[in-house]
Amino acid sequence: MSNVNDYKADENTDERIDFVKVEQSEKFQWLMDERKRFIVPLTIFFLVFYFMLPILTSYTTFLNTPVIGDISWVWLFAFSQFVMTWVLCTIYVKKAASFDRQADEIINEQLNSNNKGGNAG
Amino acid sequence: MNATVVILFLAIVVLTLIITYYAAKQTQSTTDFYTAGGGLKGWQNGVAIAGDYLSAASFLGIAGAIALYGFDGFFYSIGFLIAYLVVLFLVAEPLRNLGKYTLADMLKARFDADKVRGAAALNTITISIFYMIAQLVGAGALIQLLFDIPYWMAVLIVGVMMTIYVLFGGMIATSWVQIVKAVLLMAGMVIISFLVLLKFNFNIVDMFNDVKTVTSNGENYLKPGLKYTNPLGTISLMIALVLGTAGLPHILMRFFTVKDAKTARSSVITATWVIGIFYVLTLFLGFGAAAFVGEANILAANPGGNMAAPLLAEALGGEILFAFISAVAFATILAVVAGLVLSGASAFAHDLYGQIIKKGKASDLQQMRAARYASLAVSVLAIILALFAQYLNVAFLVSLAFCIAASANLPVIIYTVYWKKFNTSGAVTAMLTGLFSALILVSMSPSVFSPVEGAALFVGDPIFPLSNPALVSVPLGFLGGFLGTLFSKDGSSKRYAEVKVKANTGYRETGS
Repeated sequence: MSNVNDYKADENTDERIDFVKVEQSEKFQWLMDERKRFIVPLTIFFLVFYFMLPILTSYTTFLNTPVIGDISWVWLFAFSQFVMTWVLCTIYVKKAASFDRQADEIINEQLNSNNKGGNAG
Repeated sequence: MNATVVILFLAIVVLTLIITYYAAKQTQSTTDFYTAGGGLKGWQNGVAIAGDYLSAASFLGIAGAIALYGFDGFFYSIGFLIAYLVVLFLVAEPLRNLGKYTLADMLKARFDADKVRGAAALNTITISIFYMIAQLVGAGALIQLLFDIPYWMAVLIVGVMMTIYVLFGGMIATSWVQIVKAVLLMAGMVIISFLVLLKFNFNIVDMFNDVKTVTSNGENYLKPGLKYTNPLGTISLMIALVLGTAGLPHILMRFFTVKDAKTARSSVITATWVIGIFYVLTLFLGFGAAAFVGEANILAANPGGNMAAPLLAEALGGEILFAFISAVAFATILAVVAGLVLSGASAFAHDLYGQIIKKGKASDLQQMRAARYASLAVSVLAIILALFAQYLNVAFLVSLAFCIAASANLPVIIYTVYWKKFNTSGAVTAMLTGLFSALILVSMSPSVFSPVEGAALFVGDPIFPLSNPALVSVPLGFLGGFLGTLFSKDGSSKRYAEVKVKANTGYRETGS
């Protein structure tokens, strides 16, 4: 594969496909809504959960109460951040698989049919 | 200096050179050079991301920070890990779907203007250089200590090594050096953590009870607030850590080494597991060093605590483990620096030379040559700067790089993918406002001005109170992009429709 050709392809936007039509199609709108419903609340959740840690340690001291031996709440909160990260990663992968299926449908039905020369990435 | 250390160092050097030799034979096109032909598997790229990310600052710096400051050192571990949720949820897949080699390529999906590409290249080069100086200064200090050779010679050795990897092996060699390094580093971490736990009979509660008594801070060692006493300063640092990763050019570049968004996603997952386990283990290293090396010995070896991990290895496993961990630290620095050279060189050769000067009409041969010259130039520049930066604090340089990445790169990435009205002027103002507000605020901060002589670059009262200005500079980057967009008329909703469809479906006309 020649890279010079890649550059040429990058230069011109593809005029054969009406992306506005695809963007406004019911299927694409549905995919976007689903994505938004999934990503926005979880992103807000993990950012809030994360920033709670420095905010609570900076402005309060109740996290210093010991729970197990000398391990206090602040350490458990810190470890829960790790657990949260791994759990959210796993949830994301599961959810993304269904987004992939919807995206492939859109590519096959609306994009490839208009574009003889191309193929889906 | 002893024979075991020398032999293990040489073994690492020879191993990486063999990798480079084989990689060089495979590197035939520009795509190979920048992105390993886009042919890495998800897990390979994931481990390489971990190798790229777990720098000397993480390994030596965090272990030392936990050993000396207890919980406050652990803040870094948490921030550096959660950052991958930002990468996974918001950045990785759209970036892979829209980009080619560099951040500027991704912005190009929406904006043709050379000034957008120019600004993105400027950000990439600035961040890479700051990060690279930090790594080289750290490497210099470590090797100087281990081999008892002058600082300049140590920096030169690392500099020459990284130049060889990148110049001859490009991204293929760099990726494999990072994979090998990540495996060695994790092995070292697991061995030390195991030995630490063994000492406490695998009773974690005992470990906490013990470290409470061994440091000069007593009970406060387990409580937050030993190092970070200014609440806004702590929050500002945490912002830089969590948002900076998604704007680091050498991490972003790694997403172009896989074939599609699905693989990019699986590489983030692998990376998150490896990096997460690593950061949990930093706790055992830090506590272990506090308990078995002792605060006084750690401080005596290096006032920043950077020798805590190697000293702990020596205390637990004798000379051989010390040599192994030191060699791993050396490999860590080499791998990270090679990734940085590559991202800096791509901004010079691909964005500035290939796309802006040559208008994308350079032949593959010309591009390869430009990429190699640029790698050489970036390496030489970084080596020269590092020679002058010997006395700068490494952690400060790294957190500065994260802060610039969060302020200058993240707003433009988020706006490009998610905001319909965003336009060319907005893109340029977002990047430049973020970059310059971060740089200017840092230059007025306590990291640069201190009333105590020798504590910072200049003597004087800081004008800006926070050492890490992310709390102010990140919102300024977003605000800059917002205002720049509102105050100009350009913009194409048709172009955004295309970007939105491509970013969310992974559709590509050329199939590349």
